[in-house]
Amino acid sequence: METWSALAYLVAAICFIMALRGLSSPVSARSGLTFAVVGMVIAMGTTLAMPGVVSYGPIGAAIALGGVIGAVIALRIKMTALPQLVAAFHSLVGLAAVFVAAAAFTNPAAYGIGVPGAILPGSLIEMSLGTAIGAITFTGSIIAFAKLQGLVSGSPVTFKGQHALNAVLGITLVALIVMLVVTNAAMAYVLVVLLSLVLGVLIIIPIGGADMPVVVSMLNSYSGWAACGIGFTLENNLLIITGSLVGSSGAILSYIMCKGMNRSFISVILGGFGGESVAGVAGGHGDKIVKSGSAEDAAFILKNASSVIIVPGYGMAVAQAQHALREMGDTLKKEGVSVRYAIHPVAGRMPGHMNVLLAEANVPYEDVQELDEINRDFAQTDVAFVIGANDITNPAAKNDPTSPIYGMPILDVEKARTVLFIKRSMASGYAGIENELFYYDNTMMLFGDAKKMCEDIIKSLEA
Amino acid sequence: MDQPNFPASVEQLKQSVDTLGHQVDKLYGQAAAMAVQHSGAEQTFLVMGITVFVLAIFVGYYVVWHVTPALHSPLMSVTNAISSVIVVGAVIAAGPAMFGVSQIFGLAAIVLASINIFGGFIVSQRMLAMFRKKK
Repeated sequence: METWSALAYLVAAICFIMALRGLSSPVSARSGLTFAVVGMVIAMGTTLAMPGVVSYGPIGAAIALGGVIGAVIALRIKMTALPQLVAAFHSLVGLAAVFVAAAAFTNPAAYGIGVPGAILPGSLIEMSLGTAIGAITFTGSIIAFAKLQGLVSGSPVTFKGQHALNAVLGITLVALIVMLVVTNAAMAYVLVVLLSLVLGVLIIIPIGGADMPVVVSMLNSYSGWAACGIGFTLENNLLIITGSLVGSSGAILSYIMCKGMNRSFISVILGGFGGESVAGVAGGHGDKIVKSGSAEDAAFILKNASSVIIVPGYGMAVAQAQHALREMGDTLKKEGVSVRYAIHPVAGRMPGHMNVLLAEANVPYEDVQELDEINRDFAQTDVAFVIGANDITNPAAKNDPTSPIYGMPILDVEKARTVLFIKRSMASGYAGIENELFYYDNTMMLFGDAKKMCEDIIKSLEA
Repeated sequence: MDQPNFPASVEQLKQSVDTLGHQVDKLYGQAAAMAVQHSGAEQTFLVMGITVFVLAIFVGYYVVWHVTPALHSPLMSVTNAISSVIVVGAVIAAGPAMFGVSQIFGLAAIVLASINIFGGFIVSQRMLAMFRKKK
């Protein structure tokens, strides 16, 4: 029996690998998802068929309850709310890991890792690692969720001695794990859980809204490592493999996001970025003039262009402007204008956020291009249309070494013949940095709500 | 109770306490032996587990770098859903017929993981269905 279940778990693990492999292109992605579902069904079925598992009633009820809740949430959620949904889901994986570890701690015999009060030291270490990472993921994701949902301010919360406190708590956590291994005391286990819960909060609160793509990917990674820790405790290869896949996936995404901002992972984790408005570019823009225009002006410029590149950012998501934007693009295409979309790696609040929103608005994915693919084309483009983005277009990243975002790869919108920049007001972006692009000669600001502006432009185009 | 019987009862009680003590000692010895025995198996699993762990990280590394950036959001929701495979451990905890603390933990974990599995797969499916080619 054990051999068969181990082999079935291997098949499930391969299904999960195939699922990730499928995501290499939108064409194969859907069959990839089917692999993932099949893998999960195999894993579940194999476990339910194990001899020790007999209480099907309660288990079935628990699956049904969770399944209904999950399905309802997933079917109702708006695509713009995706980042907070993913953060919320991560918190559930974290908590589930804590519960599984707690179950193993209270009834170790079920997993063959000893008897209560005499659990194998190795298992205790693995268990407490899984628990600690799970608990940190749980509270950390809740904080990330609250920040993304706007329940708490997105600005970083910092206080004196924060890093020292975190370091002390981290050392205490290690000491508690050692105590747990030596004494087997339930109290030590409870303390490990509580301390990790506190640490999860403290780790995420200093990180600002603009760094959320990194945080979401990082928590994705943590939830994988938590599953790994549990996999070692339960001596289950499927959990180890899946946990490693998820862990490395999250880590790679965090790396890509950090690179997109030219920041080191450490500096993101230490947090505090984007808190106070940076006075670096001060000296006043009093003498510089901002050119602003109306929807009719924008429509005129767009209609007479032969090529347009649209640069969306988080503001587009907030204004729910993607549908109006796509309509505007379609109208322009009918006029014979070439329309493409340029996506910066950290546009939005999670990796790939803009791509999903544009896909939701029926923009064909061939029209949507990444920074490396499209950046050199701005020089030959008539109009760069920036909607809801800011810092990712700021030329200071290239020419101002004192700027906090210096060195960050940006979309070279300023090279286009005309830059149309939709913005609510002259306020700075999430990094709190002034954007000198607003004062360029070839820039025309379009002040107003992104969605309303697109709709007005469509009206003028059709007039 | 008769007077003469009293010392006898005390003697009996002492004996049963002794036997109980011996039994506890024996059980403790067995538990320790089992722990030692298992720690042998544990060592072999640890080495195997680490092997699997390291190889899986390599597989993850190469597979994930091939994921197109446009699909990074679905990647997150799919990985989130499959990390809920932790439900396997929860089912084993909730499995036995008798009802105890570990069953409650197990059932709670099943509910949480199921939310993730169903929610994660459905939302991934919704996302992927939107990625369309040019008409």
